[in-house]
Amino acid sequence: MTFFLIVTLNGLTLAALYFLAASGFTLIFGLMRTVNMAHGALLLLGGYVGFEVAKTTGIWPLAILGGGLAAALVGAIIQFGILGRFQGDELRQTLASIALSIIMADLMLWFWGGITYQVAMPDALAGGFRLPLLGVGYATIRLVLIAFAIVVGIALWLVIAKTRLGAIIRAGVDDREMLRALGFDVAKIFVVVFALGGLLAGMAGVVAASALSISPGTDLQFLLSSLVVVIVGGMGSVGGAALGALLIGLAEQYGLAYAPTYGVVFTFAIMVLVLAVRPQGLLGRSEA
Amino acid sequence: MRTAFYLLPLAMAPLFANDFWLVQILGRALSLGVIALSLTFLAAYLGVVSFAQTTMAGVAGYTVAYFGPNTVDVGYELPFYVILPLAMIMATLSGALIGLIARRSQGIYAIMITLAIAVAFFYFTRQNYSVFNGWTGFSGLRAPDIAGINLRAPVPFYLLCLGVAALSLVLVNGFIKSPLGLTIQAVRDEPKRVLAIGIPTTPVIVAAYAFAGFIAGSGGILNIWLQERISSFSVGLGPIVDILVIAVIGGLKHPIGAFIGAIAFVLLDTFAVDFIDRERFNTLIGLVLLAIIMGAPDGLHGLAKSWLSRSAKRPAKIKT
Repeated sequence: MTFFLIVTLNGLTLAALYFLAASGFTLIFGLMRTVNMAHGALLLLGGYVGFEVAKTTGIWPLAILGGGLAAALVGAIIQFGILGRFQGDELRQTLASIALSIIMADLMLWFWGGITYQVAMPDALAGGFRLPLLGVGYATIRLVLIAFAIVVGIALWLVIAKTRLGAIIRAGVDDREMLRALGFDVAKIFVVVFALGGLLAGMAGVVAASALSISPGTDLQFLLSSLVVVIVGGMGSVGGAALGALLIGLAEQYGLAYAPTYGVVFTFAIMVLVLAVRPQGLLGRSEA
Repeated sequence: MRTAFYLLPLAMAPLFANDFWLVQILGRALSLGVIALSLTFLAAYLGVVSFAQTTMAGVAGYTVAYFGPNTVDVGYELPFYVILPLAMIMATLSGALIGLIARRSQGIYAIMITLAIAVAFFYFTRQNYSVFNGWTGFSGLRAPDIAGINLRAPVPFYLLCLGVAALSLVLVNGFIKSPLGLTIQAVRDEPKRVLAIGIPTTPVIVAAYAFAGFIAGSGGILNIWLQERISSFSVGLGPIVDILVIAVIGGLKHPIGAFIGAIAFVLLDTFAVDFIDRERFNTLIGLVLLAIIMGAPDGLHGLAKSWLSRSAKRPAKIKT
């Protein structure tokens, strides 16, 4: 029983991480119909920058902020300089973002090398935490991670549901052309949303680098998980990303614990099942 | 006629090219080109950019590795005349299965789903040891002797690659003119109208993917005979992106683009080391890809075509 609960907690930790990574991805997709294949590279960049910030300043929250801002900046540059040029031509955007992710991954490998990095955490988070009901210790950082994902999720929901920017984003998701006709500078909004998506990816990268570790290949791992999470949850839906992340994170950890060789098959089976029953994802809206 | 025009100098290549050029440049380009052709076929005629072509090629490769001679003591040996049809059938079936999963997805959705399938297959081959031999994979794969001809020797291998490439191009060109091929293009353009005249779209889409699997499988077999090994890395993100890069650089609008792209890619891959640090090859190929996507969305084939038509127009202008 204890084993089961620990596995469940691990699954929730992973789900939190997947949600952080996928939320930015789905936000960008929902508004712009851009599949940002460089999302994993942005996440990894955030992780590396977060590591550098933590190494120089030693302040963990600053590392999260630094990693997030760096990825946000690069994301904005990508949208402003390259992807924004062919807005509406999704296939070309996707291919261009793949080219960008290849370049970024290679340059990061050049700069940071092939070794594994882990962000140093403050002492308060580094230890374990005795869970009240189970009587077993659990890494504090992982519990913080779950809390962090919940806070980010609520904040994202507040931004989208309650602020003016959120109203513009929602209007853009529903009818881009109408928004443009009303006089909003859609290109600028796209850059802002891309930066927001980059911010989420970068913060996810720093958190991943703290709770687990990062190395070349982490970008692919999180790009894949983001893809699967939004395919399952519904593309463009933040709630769908949360639900998808929960399903995939738990499935992966149960798979790892009870059928180690075939963990990845569970993930895959969920995806195929959802596609067969609801091609637009669990909480996605039908395209047609 | 035009095919013969291209084919003749290539068939003569063994007369003046050395073994390195025959096998490592032309043979490799042709075998990669066949895999890329299956992607170009899907992109041009079904309107789907699939990331799973390396997976289909890998299925054929793994079948040959498992049932053929290898040095890792996994699988059991069958004669080559059983293995080769079996590998092609497996590749075709894998194509059909992927098509069945992705049948309702188009455009970017299809990209995401086929990519997810391909990467899931990569992780699966890495973790499974009973069939795929995990991380290590299979090594010591050898092309067989058929009718007394040693297919491992450079010239026969090159001619085999050329033959398979030419055959698959002819096959694609014939297939798209067949009733099924025309229906596939109709599904690309107007799936709802196709449904309205009483043709269910699912079997058509699955057939297109299965055909692509067949083509990719033949390229996959050539590729493992060239590499003499296959492992999870052969179906990982690197080769997946390579095939996409080849197809996009060459041009997704026309089947021949796959081979143009393959030649360009292999030349870059082989000779870039002379003017750029070997480690930074990915940056170079990424920049080339980005430049092609931004400047010439129809790839090198599109560039050549517009350039040819422009130079062909010039004398016409003088006449009038």
